[in-house]
Amino acid sequence: MDQHFDPIIVAFCCWHCSYAAADLAGTSRIQYPTNIRIIRVPCTGRVDLIHIFKAFAEGADGVLVAGCLKGQCHYVDGNLKAELRVIFAKRILESIGIEPERLEMVFVSAAMGAEFASIIREFVERIRSLGPNPAKLKKHGQLKESTKSRE
Amino acid sequence: MSPDNAKVGVFICHCGKNIAGVINVEEVRRFAEKLPGVVVAKDYMFMCSQTGQRLIKDAIKEHRLNRVVVASCSPKLHEPTFRKCISEAGLNPYLLEMVNLREHCSWPHLYEPGKATEKAKALLKAAVERAKRLEPVKSVKIPVIKSVLVIGGGVAGIQAALDLAEQGFRVYLVERSPSIGGNMARVVKTFPTDDCAMCILSPKMSEVASHPNITLFTCSEVISVDGHVGNFTVRILKRPRHIDEEKCVACGACEEVCPVLVPDEFDLGMRMRKAIYIPFPQAIPRVYLIDTDKCIRCGMCAQVCERNAINFDEKPKELELKVGAIIVATGFEEFDPSPITEYGYGEYDNVVTQMQLARMLDPLGPTHGEILRADGKPAKTIVMIQCVGSRDHRFNKYCSSVCCMVALKHAQLIKLEHDPQAEVYICCIDIRAYRKGYEEYADRARELGVKIIKGRVSKVEEDKKSGKLKVYVYNVVLDEVMVIDADLVVLSSAMIPSRGTQDLAKILGVEVGPDGFLKELHPKLQPIDTKIPGIFICGCAQGPKDIPDSVAQGSAAAARAASLLSRGEITIDLIIPEVNEDLCRKCGICVRFCPFNALELPPEGKSVRVIELKCKGCGTCAAACPTGAIQLKHYKDEQILAQIEGILGV
Ligand SMILES: Cc1cc2nc3c(=O)[nH]c(=O)nc-3n(C[C@H](O)[C@H](O)[C@H](O)COP(=O)(O)OP(=O)(O)OC[C@H]3O[C@@H](n4cnc5c(N)ncnc54)[C@H](O)[C@@H]3O)c2cc1C
Repeated sequence: MDQHFDPIIVAFCCWHCSYAAADLAGTSRIQYPTNIRIIRVPCTGRVDLIHIFKAFAEGADGVLVAGCLKGQCHYVDGNLKAELRVIFAKRILESIGIEPERLEMVFVSAAMGAEFASIIREFVERIRSLGPNPAKLKKHGQLKESTKSRE
Repeated sequence: MSPDNAKVGVFICHCGKNIAGVINVEEVRRFAEKLPGVVVAKDYMFMCSQTGQRLIKDAIKEHRLNRVVVASCSPKLHEPTFRKCISEAGLNPYLLEMVNLREHCSWPHLYEPGKATEKAKALLKAAVERAKRLEPVKSVKIPVIKSVLVIGGGVAGIQAALDLAEQGFRVYLVERSPSIGGNMARVVKTFPTDDCAMCILSPKMSEVASHPNITLFTCSEVISVDGHVGNFTVRILKRPRHIDEEKCVACGACEEVCPVLVPDEFDLGMRMRKAIYIPFPQAIPRVYLIDTDKCIRCGMCAQVCERNAINFDEKPKELELKVGAIIVATGFEEFDPSPITEYGYGEYDNVVTQMQLARMLDPLGPTHGEILRADGKPAKTIVMIQCVGSRDHRFNKYCSSVCCMVALKHAQLIKLEHDPQAEVYICCIDIRAYRKGYEEYADRARELGVKIIKGRVSKVEEDKKSGKLKVYVYNVVLDEVMVIDADLVVLSSAMIPSRGTQDLAKILGVEVGPDGFLKELHPKLQPIDTKIPGIFICGCAQGPKDIPDSVAQGSAAAARAASLLSRGEITIDLIIPEVNEDLCRKCGICVRFCPFNALELPPEGKSVRVIELKCKGCGTCAAACPTGAIQLKHYKDEQILAQIEGILGV
């Protein structure tokens, strides 16, 4: 796939764990690609299907939902509810011709800064090899200018 | 308010070079200035400083701003600062949105300034779009219950309990084992002054027992915690002692007649106790208990008990407590070194841990203060092995922090009080004696002839017949493998979190770090706080440390709790769901999804009702609602969707 393709990935991060893991990655100066843009939610249990689809509709090439480790959700099991939603959303994506691999649910604790960074690195590579979000291509008829020139 | 009427001010912080060294702040500022709804965009070296905050407040007044975006460090650090700042300028604190330019942008993208600047713009646009849709959040003031739960009665928990009780607060001290005292009760003497541990600990233990403001629950554990800062409801499970605490005077008659022998926990199995026992002579409370797993119900104890204190039918009890704050002081336990097969612990009788050696050094202990081999002969050559299960990537990466001092202490006690002729070796990576008086203490050990060998021990071998041990250590200074013939090998085994720490953390909702110890909110500036307001940690529950540090943290936790309780009332921001009655179909899905039972569907067809103080604001209900009737304040769909659009709009 095009090595110059620079995907945009939206990550929904829960305030207690994955958001803090991202903070820790930063504080530890662990480097990861700039492709990821984080949206803070109180808990991944708050992430609705419409948020995921909105991100794809607006041109995100990938979407991550990052919650606390299983069994460690600060709101009991919001992360597990989110996981079920993500599984469901993947099925819908597939049925409308978007690769379900563009969406992923991951689990990290607030202490897992390094792991968070490597999840990001791997996910960016995955999306890079999938190429641009087909919905975006359809919407704009072509790659958005900004996506092409960002390298 | 419609987003069109928003007047947003954007304030971008350089954070010295932390942000501005990577991100082109001026470029981002110019970008922000042009965004629809933005009235003013300013940048400053340190936005969190007095001057920076002044700049924000002045701009709010001058431009009549009604929304504020601060692009700086993580909101985890300064969201409270800037919320306070804008509220001082007359805005509701929730009309603030922060952009995490430092932790999420400049720091993880140090070498990609161009791309980081582009990303900063996207994050900023998202924040502005979200800010335009923010709404004020109401808060309520609730009274604080002026009592504290302390979990764990080691020296840290004891210190916290006494400090609070002295200030007039009611304290409930919950200890899992039959006595308070914790590990300090076992260590015999304490470095670096070698004063007797019990002599300094037991007055504090007695004070706990007699203090009118302290209620002590032993054999007890916390099984659930509900509520929030200022108002927690705690359930305690108290296991039966089968002996009436009011009646027992610890005369010991029962113990004498009890026919059942069991390995003693306090002495780490090096001696036997009866099935009816008191954990150690100075135990608090001074009350016997029956080990019902081992008791054969012969009834002999009941026959001799003059006070009729024995009750075989006593059942576990559940109690409920109301407290305003919680202090966790559950301490540590010694790592079981048997997985480190090369040292033969559990296999060779003459390989023991430092805590077992501590018990031997106790005149009241299993060997009456003699250092003996398993066959009862005095140990003449003793080899101590450091960093057993610590600083070892197979087990625990961390340093257990006290073991160097413990080894030096035990080596000196052997030389000074037992046998000046004894040969004592300490095999270590290095000696860490970092506190006041500690290096001098290490010097004294060297002067006494304790042999400190720099090098890790590769294996210990036993001669089956004599029980003698061969210790193989690579001496890095001499660059050669030494073989030492030893009578006794003592393992300085790691400190690990007390059994059950994970479960307790879950009950409390606090975090544990990668090492398994309870995690503080900030390693430097909030070392006692946890992420749950009103729950504090101290002592070895937070990480390995010595007695002075455990005591200091116990006092610190008490001070943190006291400053909360003495406020009388606290403010809680109501980040809770709102229900649109026209959209609510009364299906009850949200009620079932809510993890905190904070929603209810009233009878007679009314829409769902939110129980304000039970709600913790996770928003699960909002995502579950099929019609969008429930919206979580501050995280409404409209706000999140606008943010998504913004973040992808650059
Ligand atoms: C061999 C050895 C020798 C040492 N010698 C010295 C020395 O000479 N000088 C020095 O400064 N330090 C010394 N230390 C360190 C010292 O023991 C600790 O710093 C100190 O004991 C820590 O106190 P604490 O209260 O944090 O924990 P602990 O002493 O471990 O007390 C914790 C208490 O909490 C209870 N508990 C645990 N879980 C629960 C639960 N879920 N619910 C209720 N209660 C619970 C436990 O039963 C225990 O009573 C030594 C350590 C070792 C291993």
